[in-house]
Amino acid sequence: MRKATLFAGLVAGFSTLAINAAQAVEIEYWQYVFDTRVKAMDELITNFQKANPDITVKQVTFPYADYQTRVIAANMAGNGPDVMQLFYGWLDKFVAGKLLQPLPTDAFPHDKIESEFFPIVTAMKRGDDYYGLPTAVRSLALFYNKKLFTEAGLDPNSPPKTLDDFVAAAQKIAKHDGSGNLTVAGSTLDMAGQDHQWWREVLVRQFGGMPYTDGDKKVAYNSDAGLKALKFYTSLQLEKKIGQAGFMDEGQAAFRGGKAGMTIDGTFRLGAFKSIKDFEWGVTELPANAEGVRSNYASYFANGISAKATGAELEASKKFLAYISSPEAMDIWLKTVGELPARRAAAMTETNLKDPIYGPFLKGLEYAHTTMFMDEAGQRQTAMDMVNRVLLEGQKPEDSLKQAAEAEQEIIDAAKP
Amino acid sequence: MATIEQQGAAPGRPDGPRSGTLTDRLSMRTRRLLWVWGFLALPILFYAVIRFYPTVQAFYLSFTNWDLLRPAKFIGFANYIKLFKDPQFWKVFKNTFVYLIVGTPISLVLAFTIAYFLDRVRFMHNFIRALYFLPFLTTAAAMAWVWRWFYQPPPIGVINDVLSMVGIAQQPFIRSTDQALFSIMVTAIWAGLGFQIIIFMAGLRAIPTSFYEAARIDGLGEFAILRKITLPLLKPTTVFLVVFSSIGFLRIFDQVYNMTTNDPGGPLGSTKPLVLMIYQTAFNSYAMGYAAAQTVVLFTILLIVSLLQLFILREKK
Repeated sequence: MRKATLFAGLVAGFSTLAINAAQAVEIEYWQYVFDTRVKAMDELITNFQKANPDITVKQVTFPYADYQTRVIAANMAGNGPDVMQLFYGWLDKFVAGKLLQPLPTDAFPHDKIESEFFPIVTAMKRGDDYYGLPTAVRSLALFYNKKLFTEAGLDPNSPPKTLDDFVAAAQKIAKHDGSGNLTVAGSTLDMAGQDHQWWREVLVRQFGGMPYTDGDKKVAYNSDAGLKALKFYTSLQLEKKIGQAGFMDEGQAAFRGGKAGMTIDGTFRLGAFKSIKDFEWGVTELPANAEGVRSNYASYFANGISAKATGAELEASKKFLAYISSPEAMDIWLKTVGELPARRAAAMTETNLKDPIYGPFLKGLEYAHTTMFMDEAGQRQTAMDMVNRVLLEGQKPEDSLKQAAEAEQEIIDAAKP
Repeated sequence: MATIEQQGAAPGRPDGPRSGTLTDRLSMRTRRLLWVWGFLALPILFYAVIRFYPTVQAFYLSFTNWDLLRPAKFIGFANYIKLFKDPQFWKVFKNTFVYLIVGTPISLVLAFTIAYFLDRVRFMHNFIRALYFLPFLTTAAAMAWVWRWFYQPPPIGVINDVLSMVGIAQQPFIRSTDQALFSIMVTAIWAGLGFQIIIFMAGLRAIPTSFYEAARIDGLGEFAILRKITLPLLKPTTVFLVVFSSIGFLRIFDQVYNMTTNDPGGPLGSTKPLVLMIYQTAFNSYAMGYAAAQTVVLFTILLIVSLLQLFILREKK
């Protein structure tokens, strides 16, 4: 008898606890530290909490260099986030490590994702499931220094449209001193920056090839097209002398310092370039080839729901993820961070497309490709080494290309989960 | 026995009858030992947890394929076989030994020469010594960045500016596969010089002046004094610095990483030391098992080099 009452009391106690929990849920959101991203997320959280007073979202941030390790370590210790930000290239690792759960189809139906977001969102799909949705995406464009254009006798309002235009303009801008040292670069050459993406996803395709096949698991650039692309890139320094790897340490530094006519970089550089006071700069689409073929490289950080989120926390996480991938959130993100909305409707608005800065990046998204990296750092290194062997050691491009393709295939095979 | 112990313990205790407890039955000596070990146990335990346990763990991990996410699987010597077949590893191995074999003697000879002459300088002695010591106090990362800018090609590199003023051809320095390693080594030597000078000077001061006076009375020249008195008596200092500096060069990381962040380890890995390779394997590729195998190799190298030096430079009876 006494036992029964005790038991009833316990049950009653637990159920009130459970109800309370359902009424007030706290979920954790993790991302890496980047001033404007943190600020934008604070704003999104405030808006979200206003609309959902029963849910509290706690934002936790880590330095970028530590971020992956922290997420993984916290997961092993069993106290990770409920909703987390991840680079699309980390997905295989995170899925294999059971860090993420598939997005519940009731809240995120596939047909809606596929019709409303840019096609590059499929990089978050494994098998039949999506594992995350981006708020914003990044693409590449050609930045150019209007002052140097004018000085070289070029029209600062008609930036190069094709690769030939690009080379011709760069040759006019480039300056050398009496002993042949570069003093002003026509365009930056920086494989460690974004040039490796430009080479891989843009140039190789423009010369008629494919960087990879088989879902990016097979290296395919060791071809005639790949060789032409590599020769084109290395000739920019060796023959046309429009730039030099390592000039002013980094490509973006050279452009910022007003010592480079053009540079290829991403949306994420806008914040840094906005503070330039010495000259006016513009943005244009990456140059097309002679046949008008264009390509671009797009990437993004997505948000996913942790595998450990269940019950009330899962429900709250679903609501939060839905909000931070809504058109409203994307608009706030664009204004605060400067990254492009991941939904077609939110991105391709009249105002955005007409914007002289966002316009070229947005147009690039329509034909952009996304490399499914297995080991981003390792694969980037092979591309850098490939170019360095030609530039510094005088290796023949065909040999360097072959060596790079073999090395990268090995990295991909080793990283397969 | 028991009575003696009781006698030893009793006087300190006012309530004699209760003196049958364990501590009272132990001798003074044993109790003191207990205290000593009680205090020592704490740092030893701490050290065991933060040093020895991870070391043992690293040995175990080097036989697994742990990648942080999935449970570690025992794969025997596969990591070591992969490592010894990897051309990148042999390149890094060679780089590490170039840092050691070229860097250590140059830095020690330089430090000794400066200390030897600085010891005789009276004019602004402290100021000059402070100047040499200053780089040692500076953060390695900050220093590496300053040097990175010094080494830039024209139009921004200071060193290249000076070279062109004197009429010497521009040098690529850290953008070259031949010069990069030595460019970085120079900064590492410069950074460690102050410390080595101070230690050498302390060693020089510790040699009794009476030896020198006796030698001079006997008519020995400066060079003979240096060879017969100074150097032999300075041996303990030299041994310490050789071991210390070798370990420093074998573990070189900060300078290399910070001077070549956009292509870590220099163009085509020309400056990459073993520690940087371990870092990249572990924290860029997350191949923890493979990184652990590299760590074990580094540990073995450090151990062998240190023991070898101690053996070669030992006191001959």
